[in-house]
Amino acid sequence: MAENNLTVAQRTDTTNVETTRNGKYFTPRVDIFETDGELLLLADLPGVAPGDIDLRYENGELVVQGKVQPHEHKGHLILGEYEEGDFYCVFQIHESIDAARIEAECKNGVLTVHLPKAEAAKPKQVTVKAK
Amino acid sequence: MFWTRFNPFSNRVWNDLQQLQGEMFRWFDRPHWGVAAFPAVNVWEDGDSLHVEAELPGLQLEDLEIFVTGNNQLTIKGERKQQTPEKASEHRLEWHYGSFVRTLTLPFPVDDRKVNARLENGVLRIELPKHEAARPRRIPVKA
Repeated sequence: MAENNLTVAQRTDTTNVETTRNGKYFTPRVDIFETDGELLLLADLPGVAPGDIDLRYENGELVVQGKVQPHEHKGHLILGEYEEGDFYCVFQIHESIDAARIEAECKNGVLTVHLPKAEAAKPKQVTVKAK
Repeated sequence: MFWTRFNPFSNRVWNDLQQLQGEMFRWFDRPHWGVAAFPAVNVWEDGDSLHVEAELPGLQLEDLEIFVTGNNQLTIKGERKQQTPEKASEHRLEWHYGSFVRTLTLPFPVDDRKVNARLENGVLRIELPKHEAARPRRIPVKA
């Protein structure tokens, strides 16, 4: 048998957020990578359709909000290992990000956000001239 | 002369105790939110079938293998592939990548030819119809 090298993440309840909707909000699992040209943010939003993601950038903050489509369950629950709920998280974005060119896509419950660096913040190669 | 004797098994006290016992058993019967093996699953049962749900974000159908063995063993096997871009440094890593396998023993035999699985927005939903022998049967009562 193949070994299990994955674990179930403990869900974190976002309690300090005022909600206008009943139900729980969870903080999604997020990966952030940096390359020369951009910051890349990957967030797990299982059960959220691409149209139900609200991604906003305001006052230097990137707000990710995902609504899980209510799914009708038949019968009664006989084993419950996880709770369903909406997702919410906020990231502070440094001003070296070009906010106008932020792009996002969602596939298989994973949100990918490309945060391109502003021209001024990109690393520049300096050529050293021989004299 | 009129007197009352304390009787612990008088009707009222007995009923209260039984009610308390019932509530305690219900508390133990209730499903508990807890963390077990990966992936975490929710299972519902209705008259005709069993519904298994698991959150598997970032997986595609070809990364998954689902099979039923011996009529009542459901195995979910798969791998989550790493999506790290080339030449990148990591700021935050909360994801986990790798392979997993989980086998669930089902409470009754299922019809393994009619198992139906869907993967939508990172949520896997498997419908396992009960085997004919496990289905509830309505018995007509003759007058």
